[in-house]
Amino acid sequence: MTTETVPSPVARAQASPVISLRGLTKDFPLGGLFARRSVRALDGVALDVRRGEIMALVGESGSGKSTIVRCLARLEKPTAGSMVVDGEDVLKTQPRHATRAYRGTVQMVFQDPFGSLNPVHPVSHFLERALRLHGVTRGQEETRAALDELMTTVGLSPELLSSYPHELSGGQRQRVAIARALAVEPKVVLADEPTSMLDVSVRVGILNLMRRLRDQRGLTILFITHDLASARYVADRTTVMFAGELVESGESLDLMARPSHPYTRLLLSAVPEPNRSTGYDPVERARLRSAVLESSTCPFDGDPDSPCSETEPVRHVVDAVTDHWVRCHRYRPSLEVARRALATDIARGTDAPDQDRGSR
Amino acid sequence: MSTDHTADVPVLEVEGLTVEYVGAHRSVVAVKDVSFRIGAGEVFGLAGESGCGKSTVANALMRLLRDPAVITAGTIRYRGRDVLAMRPEELRAFRWKEVAMVFQSAMSSLNPVMTVGDQMADIFTTHEGLRRGEARRRAAELLELVKIDPSRLRAYPHQLSGGMRQRVVIAMAVALRPGLLIMDEPTTALDVVVQQEIMAQIGELQRELGFSILFITHDMSLMIEISHRMAVMYGGRLVETAPSRELFAHPEHPYTHALINAFPPLTGPRRELTALAEELRLGPIPDLEDRGSGHWVAPTVLATTPGGGA
Repeated sequence: MTTETVPSPVARAQASPVISLRGLTKDFPLGGLFARRSVRALDGVALDVRRGEIMALVGESGSGKSTIVRCLARLEKPTAGSMVVDGEDVLKTQPRHATRAYRGTVQMVFQDPFGSLNPVHPVSHFLERALRLHGVTRGQEETRAALDELMTTVGLSPELLSSYPHELSGGQRQRVAIARALAVEPKVVLADEPTSMLDVSVRVGILNLMRRLRDQRGLTILFITHDLASARYVADRTTVMFAGELVESGESLDLMARPSHPYTRLLLSAVPEPNRSTGYDPVERARLRSAVLESSTCPFDGDPDSPCSETEPVRHVVDAVTDHWVRCHRYRPSLEVARRALATDIARGTDAPDQDRGSR
Repeated sequence: MSTDHTADVPVLEVEGLTVEYVGAHRSVVAVKDVSFRIGAGEVFGLAGESGCGKSTVANALMRLLRDPAVITAGTIRYRGRDVLAMRPEELRAFRWKEVAMVFQSAMSSLNPVMTVGDQMADIFTTHEGLRRGEARRRAAELLELVKIDPSRLRAYPHQLSGGMRQRVVIAMAVALRPGLLIMDEPTTALDVVVQQEIMAQIGELQRELGFSILFITHDMSLMIEISHRMAVMYGGRLVETAPSRELFAHPEHPYTHALINAFPPLTGPRRELTALAEELRLGPIPDLEDRGSGHWVAPTVLATTPGGGA
């Protein structure tokens, strides 16, 4: 369907970014209509996603990873910052909401394949509509061929085109949602937790499909997930988010083998992994928690290129070859937000997420 | 309370449990001939995909099944007592006091318009006939047991984080010192960091109070980490039971193998995994076969049919 050449991994590494975020900030107002309080969901996010790579964005709920996707999909308007997508400075040149042309470049796959497909239409409707609205195909014959090809691409039998969503399993539905996103031949797919509502057995199938789309069609995928193992399995690079900011990023295997930031280590140590001999260590956990919030040391002390800072989110290079960097350990995140994000289970219940206390 | 770990004095014995959903024209067998026992102080895991019948087993143990689900065969014994023969008033005393349950969603287990303290105190006024003041004191102790500040008694469920809510639910479940705690995907809705801390806390409570656990999840990695023994369920039947570490190291049944393989690892080289279920169908299971050392496997043929999907 596409004639785009597939870049080799090396070429991919040198490719220009297809998504480039700088200083992306998003505040959500809290409380009533006239309340002045707000919560900062994103704080100065700078992220590049290269053409033809799968970039995983991992973090816990509330870390802001979905907010990045919603800004990129033009479902939210950023408070500040810039978003360059496929060479275009979106916030400057595009109208407030996404245009059809923008939707032709950036497509989304949502978490819930039960909610994202209208139950009253057969599968063919969703795909045909995308093809027609975006003028991808002309005439019945061409459309029919495109439908068959889309179904085959996502690993479904074209016979299912006449099925209704309720006749499909969760995995099949998510494949239809992916086919719909692919119909307009986008350059970027934003996949927001596309596997988290699926049964374990079909998750790997969707991850394999994402890999295949990257390898065969050169598709760029921003993959939002809270599952580090999935990120490691499918993503070229992984970026870790905490409290609205990026804390570490790098080639996925390297990042997870040599995590530098205490928050990355905290996350990794919490994933159940039968192959690992070390169990849960509350003392180490408490140490990591406090290191995330206020570390007085940084392994990159004396870094001549980027001197440590408590106030600026300086990035230290961990490994230039694997493009692995970490935010300075000394940097103190905006404490209120960070504490709330980390707090959930710091003992003794000082961790009230009473976000709207006294806001009226 | 006994902390004897042998299966000789099982807390729970399930033999040949069969549950059918009975319809007007046909009935569906949701659980077929399931047998297992849980020893005192043991964590027993039941793993499987959605729809395999694991939650139906849990509900059957508590006699919580409603029409059209009917237990059509088998026995359930709790400390030697026949659960299926219990009269309604016996059942009322049995539930919570002997066997308690923790569900996936803490938010829907808690009453949103009552404070946490009132809900916890209710347990003691209802089941132990305590007076209000005394019940509040016990509720405070209970919160401390799961390391939440007693000042939180005045909080409403929505004012607590997801992890705290689930810990409140766990505290309530163990309030009457049950012998068996059934946990149905208790941490699925939580972030991994919170999940691990809650699992550690459950382990601590268990050491302190000595109850047994039936742990239900689809997350094989989590299950292998926390359970002593486990069973894998598929299509309403058990296909393999073994000590968890052994089952992970040497899965004998092809389905178990496939299920373990459905989880990408966090270590080692990146290798291609295969998705299992959409192609795999299970053939008939004639009998369960013993492979020794408490490891048994259903001798079964996996029939592959293209494009299926339950």
